[in-house]
Parts: sequence; structure tokens; C-alpha cells
Amino acid sequence: MAHVGYREASAGPGFWAAVFGLGVLVLAGLGSAWYMEHHGHIVTGMTNRIVWGMPHVFAIFLIVGASGVLNVASLASVFGKMPYKPKARLSGLLAIAMLMSGLIVLVLDLGRPDRLTVAMTSYNFRSIFAWNIFLYTGFLVIVGAYLVVQMTRRWQGWTGAVGVTAFLWRLILTTGTGSIFGWLVAREAYNAAVMAPLFIAMSLNIGLAVFILVRMSVAAGETHDLTDALLERMARLLGIFIAAVLYFTAVQHLTNLYSASRIGVERFLLVDGGIYPMLFWGVQIVLGSLVPLAIVFSPRTARSHPMIALAAVLVMIGGLAQLYVIIIGGQAYPLQLFPGMEVSSSYHDGVVARYVPSLPEFGLGLGGLALSFLITFIGVRVLKILPVNVGASAGA
Amino acid sequence: MTAPSQASCQCGKPSGGCASARPQGTRRDFLKDAAGFASATLAPGVTLMAFGDTAQARAPNEKVSAKTRWGMLIDTTKCADGCTACVTACSTENGWKDTGHPETDAQWIRKVTLRNPRNGATRALPVMCQHCASPPCVDVCPTGASFKRADGIVLVDKHLCIGCRYCMMACPYNARSFIHEALEDQKPHAPRGKGTVESCTLCVHRVDAGRAPACVEACGSAGHKAMLFGDLNDPKSEIARAVAEAPVSQIRADLGVDPGVMYRGI
Repeated sequence: MAHVGYREASAGPGFWAAVFGLGVLVLAGLGSAWYMEHHGHIVTGMTNRIVWGMPHVFAIFLIVGASGVLNVASLASVFGKMPYKPKARLSGLLAIAMLMSGLIVLVLDLGRPDRLTVAMTSYNFRSIFAWNIFLYTGFLVIVGAYLVVQMTRRWQGWTGAVGVTAFLWRLILTTGTGSIFGWLVAREAYNAAVMAPLFIAMSLNIGLAVFILVRMSVAAGETHDLTDALLERMARLLGIFIAAVLYFTAVQHLTNLYSASRIGVERFLLVDGGIYPMLFWGVQIVLGSLVPLAIVFSPRTARSHPMIALAAVLVMIGGLAQLYVIIIGGQAYPLQLFPGMEVSSSYHDGVVARYVPSLPEFGLGLGGLALSFLITFIGVRVLKILPVNVGASAGA
Repeated sequence: MTAPSQASCQCGKPSGGCASARPQGTRRDFLKDAAGFASATLAPGVTLMAFGDTAQARAPNEKVSAKTRWGMLIDTTKCADGCTACVTACSTENGWKDTGHPETDAQWIRKVTLRNPRNGATRALPVMCQHCASPPCVDVCPTGASFKRADGIVLVDKHLCIGCRYCMMACPYNARSFIHEALEDQKPHAPRGKGTVESCTLCVHRVDAGRAPACVEACGSAGHKAMLFGDLNDPKSEIARAVAEAPVSQIRADLGVDPGVMYRGI
């Protein structure tokens, strides 16, 4: 195996243009958050029925993706797939950047973001939300340590142990994220144990798609150290993760369809719920799953870098659509307080809740997404993240 | 606008036992006397339920106890379709109102109309926080802002609420509201604040003073007497006797959260 060294990314015009563009988006996100905080959530599309909106879709996308993007590092340090080892540092950096950005979006969407200290000092340990605060901060510490031991020659012997800890931690973390929904006893669209493994599969899928895109974009400005062999290997792995998400999605909906009391919500999400079935079938299933599956497994496209990039973009779009259907669709369907009865009230009982995301919500969410890439780009510029002198034998 | 700092404490601890508590003996006595006078002159039939031998006001230094479980029994056969006396009374008492944004306005109590599609039969009933024995909102709240007093009243500590809205996701009854914009003219006994979550307090300030919730009083004053309030744990109380003598139901009883608000006729 060839010796693998690491270096910082060079800062050409393309790098600074990307940093500038991302910086503008981050500022737009901060401006959106300030606007929402100043005026209250009245300026968003969120209501007393749709209490979690577009910022949560982006935040959970980033948090779930953060867990999954670390899988590239785990493949090397936990499963011994050494061709992935040169990518472990970028994998860890991306994981930290995405989790931090997702958490920032979540915090800035709070009704009282100024009370962050309350959230960090007052805990209800019966709440999976409170547990997640520890899981998220723990993840940042462990992945930070993972990066440090990889980058410090005399501590490199610890890489395996810290890598296994990070691997287990992120499985628990994503179980916690899925359980935020899975443990909601009153919500017919959510309340199911399958939400935890579904979220783990989604994290692997979204995370690998993000990694492929970031690695390709970083490589585009560098000398080519991303070999065809590894990229194609990652693309095939992406195909397996897409199939895993499809499997758990099928289990989720088939389980609900078997229960007579949940046929209503399933019909809403899959057939006559307007935007939600459209997003489910059109974007999540066809565009975000079947098309990329065809790309990565078809002999004609499996080796094409642009097509692999397209597959990764489609997986990300499909992941956002899936989260939108889960988070917003699950709230839009009315709670069944009186099963079998027709219900009406001044509080919109019995009717599908309307939700039109506002510009500030998109601003905050996209700002968070931009922040994750900005942190990553700055990270690869100032830290020795990118592998060099990697021969084909190293698979990098 | 944030909750006023002089908010009265609803935690149920004796005066001095809570950081936000302040001596209230004089005011409490005044309220009790005033309420007693009002009940004797305005709505004796209603307030007797709260002032009878079953629901005395707590002494200022007396801690809230699990010996009491405040609850409500709503007889939907007496609840008049179109009557919103309970809703209006709650709004007036606690200061929430229509601001022209129906999807974001707070509603602590609402009238729900049910129609049986098989035979066309209709029922109207008020729905508010059900003050569950095992409240999902309390379970999920990350900071402990949502809490249940020992006497069963479920409240939100406005000083701890960070506005995450997870409790609203968890509530099976759509009973909670998020304050979407700045508020003015708040009631001192019902502190509210932009960016926090709120719901029916069972008029805890009145209950602690030995009075019935405003909705119950208003229902009685309107002549319907569809709402009965009292201590479910006291077998001699009117509500406990009413619950014992004929079947009652709880909304979404299948969830096992054991609401303190019960219904008859649905």
C-alpha cells in the first residue's frame, strides 16, 4: 500500500468564490433568524397545527446526514475497508460541520433562542429531546477526538478504539433522532419503532450522498486524488443504502396499512393528501430513489462521474422530500380525537392543516446547509484533511 | 413581549418554596372573600361545587398534595350547540383573544362539534387541556417546563419554556398553543409570553383560591350546568359521586394517559 500523507487545500479563486457564496447564504440565514426572533413565528408559515416547519426539515436533514457521513470513516476504522482510510478525516470534519449547522438551525428556530442556557442547565430525563442534547454534544466531542487521534502521530494507535466509539455513538444518536418521532404516541403517522432504523438508513444514504458531492467538489479544485475505483465503489454503496431506505419505508407504511385505524393517515400521505403523495411518489421514490438506483447500477452510467454526482444530488433531494413528508405531512393530517366521527371546531379540528413555508424559513434552512459546507471548506483549508501521494493500490 | 416578572407562582409549592413565589396571603384571602361574595350572589349553584366540603382553598403555606386530583366532568347532553359561554369566560379570565389570525391565535378551550356519519346525530362539547395523569407533554418537554402539579393540574413554567413545541407534537388533544407574536394587556394571574407554549391552567389561580374554573362558572351561569368541577379523589365530592353513578368516557382513553377531564354522552 502506498504511503498516505495529508495536506491543506489550496486557496484558488474557485475556493474563495465558494466561501463568499456560502458566506452570503449564511448571513441570509442569520438575517432570517433575527427576523423570526424579532417578529415572532407569525412571520413563518408555521401555525398551532404545523408547529415544526421547514427549518426542522433542514435541521433534521443535517443532523441525520452528520451521523451518516461519518460512515466513510467507520468503513475504514471499524470494518477494516482500508481504501476508505484516506477519506476518514474529511468524513469526520463533515460530520462535525453538519451536526453543528443542524443544531444551530434548531436553536435559532426556538421560540426563545435566548434561553439556550436553560436548555443546557435544566433537564427532564424522561424526554428523548433532552437525551438528544447529550447525544449531540457527545457526538461532537467524540468525532473531534476521532479527528485529533487521526491527525496526531503518537495517538494514532487510539484511532480504532475511538472509531468504534464514534460508530456506536452515531447509531445511538440516530436512534434518538428517529425516536423523537417514533415515541409520539398520539401521532398516527409517527408512532412506530421502525422510525429509528428508518432514520439510521436515511442517515447512511444522505450522509454518503453528501460525502460523494463534497469530495468531488473538493477534488475538482485539486489534483486528482479521487480515483475512479473508489468513487464507483462509493456509488454502489449508495445504491445499497437507497435500497435499505426503500425497505424500511415499505415496512413503515405496510405496518400502518395493516392497522384499520391508520388507513386514513396512510391514504392521506400516499394517495389523496395533495403535495404529500406527490412528494412521496414523485420526489422521494422515483426521483430520489429509483433514478439514482438505476444510475449507480446501470453499466452505462455507473462509471460516469457526472452521473454519480447527479445520483448523489437526487438522493439529497429525495431525503429532503422524505423528511418533509414525515415531518410536515405527519402534522398536517388531523389528530383523531373522536375516531369514526366527523369533527369541526374553531381550532381546525378534523381538517387538514395548511402549511406554506415562508421565505425566512427557507433562508434559515438553506443558511444552515451553507454553514455546514462553509465550515467544511474552511476546515480543509486550515487542517491537513486531504490525502496526497495516494496510489491506486491505496484505492484513494 | 415576555412574561411579566411579577408572574404569580403556580408551582404548588408553599410560599417561599419557589424562586418565583411571593407572599400572597393577603391577596389570596381577599380573592377568597370576593369569590365567596360573588358566588353567593351570582352563581350559588355552580360555585357550591368548589366551595362545598370537598374543595377548600389551600392555606397560603399548605403544599399542593396528591391527596387531591382536580378533575372535570362534562355532560355533553347538556352542552348547547352554539353556546360558547365557557370559551368566552376562559378568554376573558386569562386574556387570550382573537387577533385575526385563526391558525396562530391561542385557544385554551374550544367548542368541538361531532357528527355521527352513520345516523347524522350531533354533539357539541368543549375541549381543553385534559390534565392527564400521565401527560405526554410533560414526558417530552426537554427542560421540565411542562409539569404536573401533585393535584393533577398540568401547567407550563413560562420561565423554563424554550419554545421548542415538542409538547405540542406530543399532546393528543391539540390543547396547546404557541405564542406567535408579541402580546399586550396580560392578566397578572395568567402570565404569557411570545415564543412560549401555553394551555388551559384549569384556572389554577381560582382553584387555589377555592373557586371553580371560569368556564365551569360560566356554563352554570348560562343555565346549562354541563360542567362539573371538583376533587376526583374525594368520594364525597359531587364530581366523584357523579363519576361513580353512571359511565363516563375520556377522549382517546386508549392512549392510557388518564385525562382528568371526563365526558358523558359521547
